[in-house]
Amino acid sequence: MNSSKLYNAFFAAGISLILACLMIGVKLDTDSTVLTVKGATTEQWMWILTGISVVFLSQLFSTQIDALFGAIPKPNIQKILPEERKMAALKPWLIAAVIVVMLIWPFMVSRGTVDLATLTLIYIMLGLGLNIVVGLAGLLDLGFVAFYAVGAYTYALLSQYFGMSFWACLPISAALAASFGFLLGFPVLRLRGDYLAIVTLGFGEIIRILLNNWTSLTGGPNGISGIAKPTLFGLEFNRKAKEEGASTFHEYFGMDYSSSYKVIFLYLVAVLLVICVIYLINRLMRMPIGRAWEALREDEIACRSLGLNRTIIKLSAFTIGASTAGFAGCFFAARQGFISPESFVFIESAIILAIVVLGGMGSQMGIIFAAIIMTILPELAREFSEYRMLLFGLLMVVMMRWRPQGLIPMKRPNLELKQQ
Amino acid sequence: MSQLLLDVNGLTMRFGGLVAVNGVNLKVKNRQIVSVIGPNGAGKTTVFNCLSGFYIPTEGSVMLKSEQIAGLKDYQISRKGLVRTFQHVRLFQKMTVIENMLVAQHRHLNTNLFSGLLKTPNYRRLEKDAMEHAAHWLKEVGLLEYANREAGNLAYGQQRRLEIARCMVTQPELLMLDEPAAGLNPNETKELDELIIKLRDEHEISILLIEHDMSLVMGISDHIYVIAQGTPLANGTAEQIKGNPDVIKAYLGEE
Ligand SMILES: Nc1ncnc2c1ncn2[C@@H]1O[C@H](COP(=O)(O)OP(=O)(O)OP(=O)(O)O)[C@@H](O)[C@H]1O
Ligand SMILES: [Mg+2]
Repeated sequence: MNSSKLYNAFFAAGISLILACLMIGVKLDTDSTVLTVKGATTEQWMWILTGISVVFLSQLFSTQIDALFGAIPKPNIQKILPEERKMAALKPWLIAAVIVVMLIWPFMVSRGTVDLATLTLIYIMLGLGLNIVVGLAGLLDLGFVAFYAVGAYTYALLSQYFGMSFWACLPISAALAASFGFLLGFPVLRLRGDYLAIVTLGFGEIIRILLNNWTSLTGGPNGISGIAKPTLFGLEFNRKAKEEGASTFHEYFGMDYSSSYKVIFLYLVAVLLVICVIYLINRLMRMPIGRAWEALREDEIACRSLGLNRTIIKLSAFTIGASTAGFAGCFFAARQGFISPESFVFIESAIILAIVVLGGMGSQMGIIFAAIIMTILPELAREFSEYRMLLFGLLMVVMMRWRPQGLIPMKRPNLELKQQ
Repeated sequence: MSQLLLDVNGLTMRFGGLVAVNGVNLKVKNRQIVSVIGPNGAGKTTVFNCLSGFYIPTEGSVMLKSEQIAGLKDYQISRKGLVRTFQHVRLFQKMTVIENMLVAQHRHLNTNLFSGLLKTPNYRRLEKDAMEHAAHWLKEVGLLEYANREAGNLAYGQQRRLEIARCMVTQPELLMLDEPAAGLNPNETKELDELIIKLRDEHEISILLIEHDMSLVMGISDHIYVIAQGTPLANGTAEQIKGNPDVIKAYLGEE
């Protein structure tokens, strides 16, 4: 056995022991008025020891474990899918089929499931937006949630103070989030890699703290409640119309009131928005600006030598990414009916970033899958909800070992050239 | 008669106390191949960096077609028709060959967001022109069949040629090549030699060349500048340089 392996194993086990002792081994407890330090139970110690031996062994046999990961067959997308040419013919049908299924499916399942699907769709939008910034343009943004918050609060405030409708606020939210992206990006995009990450992280926190403390406008930690839901051409989905003379969906169509109409309607709106976002970003990626984003990620110096203005290109990526988040934020506020700064903490940024990395930087399909996994997994593992972050961490480690390029790596477009 | 395309006077670049380039003069006429040679660390790449706007020269003037370009931003200079390659190949590795060629034509394309989203006729036409232009240059350098390959997967010699083709689609008037033959085998060097001459004779551009391969330099240069330790040492035709005792001393060392 290699001695450096042994050293590594002891080192990792030691670190885990220290961390486990501090975090689980001892606990502060209030004994009436005094704080007492309590040791863990024997059962907990057993778990800690088991965990540490797992760390020790996995470090010791890391080569074998890596080999094992290598042996797991990787889904070869190219092989599963039919040939390029057949694919091109099939594609419109496939897309149509997916859309039809997406539209019919919610009528056959429970309300809770539809609601979860709606949440997933929000994360898909956020993932696609961040993908432009991180996956395509290669700018590490750790404060993406700030733009999400701007979008959500834009709608919440406009709806509360001016009674504006969801559909009118949707573009306003996106535009306002975009202008925040522009304002932040302008001074910040000169920074590189790590520095950019830290500044965006700070920006995310600033927005949250601002929302938390500007009580007179945003209601502070209490948030804003009673935000109006989207309407279908003015038809509300409540039991009673809020305004005099307005009619509700079930009255208009002469149906009995059911609260699931509202849930399904929200889901359908989300589907519509996601389809719009996917279409727009797909177009952008094939446009000169999309290619420039990627080129900048690949080699900034070469870009400059070819006459590309990097500031404008970075700024456009940042702004368009932010506007997508604003879009998603507006819908989020409408769906929840209640928002508070709690919804826009750093961990949200981290989850969105995890979606982009898991999905495969730059790949839209990958991000859609990753968003589904990242929202459905915690629901399935409800009992483990306390360990949600631990599970995410484990998932990331496993993914990075097994498939560092993400679930579905980005496929390059095949451009047909006229042979001259 | 040929006109003066590039006129550099008293170019000096200091990094703190280090004088990397000291009073260099260069003249490039239309349709000329001009070489800059010198021992390692002489400051040749630094001259290129000053001309292409990557560094702002400490002193001196750089006139491109009688227009002062010293102090302009790098992307502004390349838009004026002065484009360079790098000593170490700098391609967009993960993008395909044709995408590399399209990025280089970015400013000739319609970059308006809305015309792109709506695919207006003007947008389509420019996109089609760019593809044809790219295909034309890929054919010139013999890479047409690799158009949809990832650039990073090409052989080294092909990557070097792609870098030149990518410069050429920007429609430059002066192409600056930093050691284009480094790492090429004799066959590829010969092809490069022919390509450079073709660029001058058929495409009527000027080329400023940094190269250590003396047979290549002596064979194709209309004029040669020698720099040693940042300072101009000699300049003249290949014959004049070959016989210059100072140059021989600089290359072989004193003693
Ligand atoms: N950004 C910089 N900061 C400090 N010193 C630099 C910088 N760039 C270049 N130099 C110095 O300038 C001198 C000239 O370097 P340069 O790269 O121009 O040489 P060169 O002639 O291209 O050499 P080679 O033939 O090896 O490519 C070197 O001493 C180098 O260390
Ligand atoms: Mg050099």
